[in-house]
Amino acid sequence: TECKSSPNSDIRKPGSIWSHSVFAYSQQKELTSKKRDEFEDILEERRQSSDLRYAMKCYSPVIYKGLSACKPSAIKDSVLQSEQVQYVIKQLSKEMGESTDIIQEEAIEILDEMGHNLHIGAIRFFAFSLSKIFKRLFQRVCVNEEGIQKLQQAIQEHPVVLLPSHRSYIDFLMLSYLLYTYDLALPVIAAGMDFLGMKIVGELLRRSGAFFMRRTFGGNRLYWAVFAEYVKTMLRNGYAPIEFFLEGTRSRTAKTLTPKFGLLSIVMEPFFKREVFDTYLVPISISYERILEESLYAYELLGVPKPKESTSGLLKARKILSDNFGSIHVYFGQPVSLRTLAYGRVDRCPYRLVPRHLPQKLSEDIQEFVTDVAYKMELLQMENMVLSPWVLIASVLLQNLPAIDFELLVEKTLWLKGLTQAFGGFLEWPDNLSANKAVTSSLALHSNIVSLVNGQVVLNDVRMENGATEELVFKQALSILMCGAYRNQLLNVFVRPSLVAVALQMTQSFRKEEIYSCFIFLRDILYDEFIFFPGIALKDFEEGCFLLTKSDVIQVTPQEILVTERGNSVAVFLAALFRPFMKGYQIISRYLSKEAKEAFTEKQFILGIRNFAFQLLQTGSTQCYEVLSSDLQKNALAAFVRLDVVKKMKTTNGFTYTVNKEALNKTAEMFGKCISYWYTS
Amino acid sequence: PKDSVCTMAQGTCLQGLQGPRAWPVRWLSGRGQEILKWNGWGYNDSKFIFNKKGQAEFTGKRYRLSGMVLPVLKEWMEKTLGASLEHKITSRAFLNTSDVPPSIVSEEFLQDLRASKISYSQEAEDRVFRAHGHCLHEIFVLREGMFKRIPDIVVWPGCHDDVVKIVELACKHNLCIIPIGGGTSVSSALECPADERRTIVSLDTSQMNRILWVDEKNLTAHIEAGIIGQDLERQLGESGYCTGHEPDSMEFSSLGGWVATRASGMKKNIYGNIEDLVVHIKMVTPRGVIEKNCQVPRMSTGPDIHHFIMGSEGTLGVVTEVTIKIRPIPEYKKYGSVVFPNFERGVACLREIAKQRCAPASIRLVDNAQFQFGHALKPQVASIFTSFLDGLKKFYITKFKGFDPNELCVATLLFEGDREKVLQHEKQVYDIAAKFRYDFQGILFLIWSEILNYIFCYRVIDLCRNVKERIVRECKEKGVQFAPFSTCRVTQTYDAGACVYFYFAFNYRGISDPVHVYEQIERAAREEILANGGSLSHHHGVGKLRKQWMKESISDVGLGMLKSVKEYVDPNNIFGNRNLL
Repeated sequence: TECKSSPNSDIRKPGSIWSHSVFAYSQQKELTSKKRDEFEDILEERRQSSDLRYAMKCYSPVIYKGLSACKPSAIKDSVLQSEQVQYVIKQLSKEMGESTDIIQEEAIEILDEMGHNLHIGAIRFFAFSLSKIFKRLFQRVCVNEEGIQKLQQAIQEHPVVLLPSHRSYIDFLMLSYLLYTYDLALPVIAAGMDFLGMKIVGELLRRSGAFFMRRTFGGNRLYWAVFAEYVKTMLRNGYAPIEFFLEGTRSRTAKTLTPKFGLLSIVMEPFFKREVFDTYLVPISISYERILEESLYAYELLGVPKPKESTSGLLKARKILSDNFGSIHVYFGQPVSLRTLAYGRVDRCPYRLVPRHLPQKLSEDIQEFVTDVAYKMELLQMENMVLSPWVLIASVLLQNLPAIDFELLVEKTLWLKGLTQAFGGFLEWPDNLSANKAVTSSLALHSNIVSLVNGQVVLNDVRMENGATEELVFKQALSILMCGAYRNQLLNVFVRPSLVAVALQMTQSFRKEEIYSCFIFLRDILYDEFIFFPGIALKDFEEGCFLLTKSDVIQVTPQEILVTERGNSVAVFLAALFRPFMKGYQIISRYLSKEAKEAFTEKQFILGIRNFAFQLLQTGSTQCYEVLSSDLQKNALAAFVRLDVVKKMKTTNGFTYTVNKEALNKTAEMFGKCISYWYTS
Repeated sequence: PKDSVCTMAQGTCLQGLQGPRAWPVRWLSGRGQEILKWNGWGYNDSKFIFNKKGQAEFTGKRYRLSGMVLPVLKEWMEKTLGASLEHKITSRAFLNTSDVPPSIVSEEFLQDLRASKISYSQEAEDRVFRAHGHCLHEIFVLREGMFKRIPDIVVWPGCHDDVVKIVELACKHNLCIIPIGGGTSVSSALECPADERRTIVSLDTSQMNRILWVDEKNLTAHIEAGIIGQDLERQLGESGYCTGHEPDSMEFSSLGGWVATRASGMKKNIYGNIEDLVVHIKMVTPRGVIEKNCQVPRMSTGPDIHHFIMGSEGTLGVVTEVTIKIRPIPEYKKYGSVVFPNFERGVACLREIAKQRCAPASIRLVDNAQFQFGHALKPQVASIFTSFLDGLKKFYITKFKGFDPNELCVATLLFEGDREKVLQHEKQVYDIAAKFRYDFQGILFLIWSEILNYIFCYRVIDLCRNVKERIVRECKEKGVQFAPFSTCRVTQTYDAGACVYFYFAFNYRGISDPVHVYEQIERAAREEILANGGSLSHHHGVGKLRKQWMKESISDVGLGMLKSVKEYVDPNNIFGNRNLL
């Protein structure tokens, strides 16, 4: 079996470009301090000079070599006249028996609805107003200037695709703002259609380069063709960098979401067809000390529907303008050459034998490649996410509910700081402040979540009493989910060593083989919850073991893994970090075995589990508030489907699910082990 | 003139041109002792030199450019490649025969050979001359080192029957035969496999060079395969005919070689490629002689056996006689050229011409880099008036028409036929070109050397850009200090696609193993072409240089088919040059 090859033996490496080598982590620690020095606060200058002059500055960005400027209307024309779109129009006309003119009209409508209308006036307006807004909202906006320089170089060489992380609506406003500040070409942005509902803002966004896509258009071939061709035309000609979010939507939990592949495969296609020599993919990590939408997200996760984006809604949001949201760190990663990634991987392209304008299904090879690239880019994003002290505080706090002594909190936070750095976390710690002050200022920034009462730090509204009312449970859940979103930022760094720690506890064994198979089970279960590079479970395991060994938590021999005496408390902490997930999944599996109906829809499932969990929480038979998170619930359902515990079937109106009781019992047993340990410990 | 070495190793391109010493070879017989370079392309007397004034000059009397001073070439070399006269490498002037591997031939075979009265030679010069084609590494070895393995003996059969005898003897004594025609291969096809233990016989077809008969009714001629292209055209021309097959190498390459490599000619638009021209082939194989029973334009008798022969690259046998189509010499020829604002417009125009099926005998589109190189080869102008005219033309195109001199590109055209039809045809083509913005121009381009050539459909622009870019990048990565000369031209248009030549040259100053670097870059460029949907070869063939991509190119089954033919025809691998498969 796979687990026989021990971490000490020769490791199979799937090619240098792909390997997230363990050594990267050891190097990263030294890099961390270097990286921090690179950051430049761009708001500093804004606070000192005129915003108006800044908005009216001479803006002449560098452009892709050999590019001749082109009006948005000309781009639309060329999309409409392209062989690809014309082909689909003709096909549809044949199939539906309608004249091509009518379908062509439809295509024009789609294009108008979608197309951007980049306009310097709108950009200047944004530059001015965003300066005002950002200065009010944020203390600092820090950018790594070296990354900006690399990007500037890349834009001139090859078409560029910007891939930022997505935590807030601020993301793309901020990115365009930064590029304007540094005199770089403004990106065109694939944004969700829901923005179009915001009348003035939608149009302003369009004029500042956003183009809009419908959230779902799987079935509509004309839409797909027009959209894909639009993106590719922008890319091929290098009119502007393309920007979109691999995660597809804002992550409500601050965990990186599993990537979506549609847009990525569109922007990769011109390279596969060799219509461009290369394409640069630029991972961008945007980290917020305090997320603007934090409470909104928590409400959403608890099932209070998301308010539709509207201009009036935005105006109401004005009250947050008086609030302080700390700093933002934007890290522009090294541009990654698609050509280099593809080297030796997709040589046999199906595009050689078929005219290039025919729509084609991606071959399995290419699909796999696109998947790998997507995961790779997300891992690169995560690597450069900046962790604030508050992330550490939140993690400690959630393990010490309902309250913790302030001194103890500082001590534990400092301890966690050391561990985080040892694990290669990219930590932004205010060196000029004492630890006490650093923690105090973090608590102040997040005073909506925590308070300092009589030397005790408490999570607001959380009392941890049995027999609470539904309203109280809801309030507590809100606080815990908000706090959890910050702890989650740490999990990206901790997931591999933590899962090893969890496996150690679950198996209560020293045998490496057993621990590894448990690790695989955990990784499989949590595959949608965290980002793992496809297919390299062994590497993840080895990485986890490596980090734990490095921090002197475990000792690894060819057959055994032993927890050191000193390491025991660390292992307990690491495992406890993931307890909410394990608990949550266990509760869900319990729900499925007891309560679930014969066949149910996702909606029914979520309603059902929510009621079930509320009851448990009200009676105090569990303290796991995070099971109320619809994100966790959906991920769990997907995991159970993946593990064949739940069967997913397509029906006329969506999907229904049925439970495979036998498989469910087995899985529940696995959870049982883990949980029983926690109860006894 | 074509000088592959000159092109490839530009930094020291002067090395081979510094008065190589002539030494006698038996070649091009019947025209006295015509002398070819022993270590490069073409005639001994035609070469680029720098005269006492430090100006570039082309010597000899054979070509339009011969004897002319090329005042801007030096500057072009300095500017484009960073070459400088201070960095000259002088290669050796003549062959050192003591380095040459000894000739190992059994006495029994020699006795049989003498009995058959076929002339042969074991001289070192004769054997080295036939041990190579004109790939860069081969020429480099000639100038700097020595081949590991060369033919042990050269034989000159005089006719088909002589070839039959030689092949029989080879079977009897278990020898390896490597046929050679004009020796202009650029695919390592003539290189002797280094581990060949048997005696290698170089079978030189140059003495089989007669036109056996001409059938004026059916417009065919029956010709011995060793005849060299220019001799063939000249001799047919004496009776008012031509084949119209004009590969760039036609001064030196042979009819048999064309057949064996599936050659293509510049004027294929009128006359067709070799597969369209050939009516009948006679080939001697270890199994016996293969030929069809009649001389007809078409047969429906299963797969055409000619297609096993054309492109077999000397792996199956020796082509001895060929019946080929002939045409009356056209009454009127007219050259022309068209300027386009950029390469994209030029390609679009060529595509339109192909679509309307009105391509002239030859139409070639060179990119901007080659256009500029063409200018660099412009001779010193004789009078103030011509220089004035040149200036006017330049002014007209760049200022009046607004073409960017660093973007514009040129198509050269050749029309052939009746005077009236040519003029009509010309008008038709120029009318199409007018839609793509053109202008006439009187610049004559010299044909330079090729390195790669490929055919593909519809993807010309992307492919050209990607391959050129890849070459530039690879050069940079491999430590080439100066930007390479990386350029291309579209040389043929087809109903379903086009053929593109890529050229590249780099200055290898400061690189310890330039040949290896060159080969890596060439390999990368070829992979780029394949990745872009191009083919492995349009007409130079596979040889040993491109063998590794054959399976990918024609599929496992395809390769197996060819192998099984080889196995049947030549089970003992007498024709052991190891090309193709």
